[in-house]
Amino acid sequence: MHEEKIFQDKLDREIKIEPQDWMPDAYRKTLIRQISQHAHSEIVGMLPEGNWITRAPSLKRKAALLAKVQDEAGHGLYLYAATETLGVTRESTIEDLNSGKAKYSSIFNYPTLTWADIGAIGWLVDGAAIMNQVMLCRTSYGPYARAMVRICKEESFHQRQGFEILLTLSRGTVAQKEMCQDAINRWWWPSLMMFGPKDDDSPHSKQSMDWKIKRKSNDELRQQFVDICAEQVKVLGMKIPDAELKWNEKKQHYDFGQIDWEEFWNVVKGNGPCNRDRLEARKKAHEDGDWVRKAAMAHAKKSKHKKQQTKVG
Amino acid sequence: MIGEEEMNSTGKTFLTDYLLHLADDALILGHRNSEWCGHGPILEQDIALTNISLDLIGQARSLYQYAANILNESHPARNVSEDTLAYLRDNREFKNCLLVEMPNGDWAHTILRQFFFSTYQFFLYEKLVGSVNDTIAAISAKAIKEVTYHLRWSGEWVIRLGDGTDESKERLLKAFDMLWPFTGELFHMVEYEIVAADLGIGADLNLLRSKWDEKLKIVFQEAGILSIIENKIKPGSNWMQSGGKIGKHSEHLGFILAELQFMQRAYPNSEW
Repeated sequence: MHEEKIFQDKLDREIKIEPQDWMPDAYRKTLIRQISQHAHSEIVGMLPEGNWITRAPSLKRKAALLAKVQDEAGHGLYLYAATETLGVTRESTIEDLNSGKAKYSSIFNYPTLTWADIGAIGWLVDGAAIMNQVMLCRTSYGPYARAMVRICKEESFHQRQGFEILLTLSRGTVAQKEMCQDAINRWWWPSLMMFGPKDDDSPHSKQSMDWKIKRKSNDELRQQFVDICAEQVKVLGMKIPDAELKWNEKKQHYDFGQIDWEEFWNVVKGNGPCNRDRLEARKKAHEDGDWVRKAAMAHAKKSKHKKQQTKVG
Repeated sequence: MIGEEEMNSTGKTFLTDYLLHLADDALILGHRNSEWCGHGPILEQDIALTNISLDLIGQARSLYQYAANILNESHPARNVSEDTLAYLRDNREFKNCLLVEMPNGDWAHTILRQFFFSTYQFFLYEKLVGSVNDTIAAISAKAIKEVTYHLRWSGEWVIRLGDGTDESKERLLKAFDMLWPFTGELFHMVEYEIVAADLGIGADLNLLRSKWDEKLKIVFQEAGILSIIENKIKPGSNWMQSGGKIGKHSEHLGFILAELQFMQRAYPNSEW
């Protein structure tokens, strides 16, 4: 009882919970689930974007995309490290991804079909992710909050880069403009789905808000995102594919149309266009890398042994 | 008689050819390594190899930009840029050596290809830092810092694989058999390299060969495979492939270019 009181007191006073602190089991479990999902999303997210590295249209764009995908790998690393502070190893966390037990953001189960998709992912997908991540910089668990601060800085750079790709296309040839609008059409609704189910249907939300893991509800963040994008799209001279999108003077927010929740739940369940491909690609990389990891470990062991022998000698 | 203008432009061909050769080597290997991004065996190593890709593409860009400046000076209307050089030349115009276009294969192939190339590039740039051409010297001074890391990283991995498990050693030796015939070309000087070396712009590759051999010996020794390798490369019995530097490539390059150049070919005259 005493420990629970200290924990609650810290939450109330906005003091971060640290790895060595006592925490309720369910709090620990929720964090492990959420942070590892987030880590997996970074890693799986490398695939749809990586898909265009070898085909990027200029050397400058190629280098920027490579650097971006590399950043995602770095984010995955910090987040796996954050889950380790909660007592689970990176190996077991990755095993959960490969076995299909753990989830990752459904957005990466959509395909990148044209170069404009790389711009749309930067603008919309990274944009939606940032909404969530800015909030998470204030999350109650210390290592997660600190990882988020670092990640947010890089993500906002990626988002600007994505928008700039689209801006260049929007000022280009007819074919480029069409490519730009088409990518926005395909990525808009899945991006809105990134904020998760409606508040009424979100099973974990209430508890996470109480624990100050989450600070804003799914619907609040989604509304904030729509309001920002509805303005930014004007700069591109493109359209958001929603006939019901309209400024509501009374609410001081944009009204927007219905999300296709049937599609949402299906992609979550594994029926998205790329769910199988993504998981197979991750599994293949892991399996193909098995002998490499074993070699590295064997060499490390031998080197250590050699060093010890030299010391004794 | 060749007119003065024409002579100048022919005289400079060796320089742009030389620059394109150096740039193509870096671009094609950078491209190959970038194919690993997101598929590496260990997250940290995925990041490391992507870093090497980025360095190589960066080197290629500096060299292409310089080549483009020279080409534009003689023919301003051609409007050459780093991107026209990378994306609008075909197979026969690329001057990279064959080694860098070899497929990634498994991790052992990728590592050994990098180690062979980085060792070569290290001694090459070490020399080019002193080039009488200031731009080449400046590009090399920046590149050598990067290449020093590539060489250390790939050398450490050769040791790890040779010394690791039976399987990793076997895979490394298999990679050696595949890649060794493409190492001779690194030191086989073609005309533009000979001219560049004579003028003090480029490097005499004959002088680098023994350093390259020496470095390989040290690393293979530590990897525990030196005696096996020495048995494999008995003098006189090893035919070396060449031709890449003068535009006679393997079948692989065409597919690399098909992917690399797709956007520029499908949507010509566009800004990206």
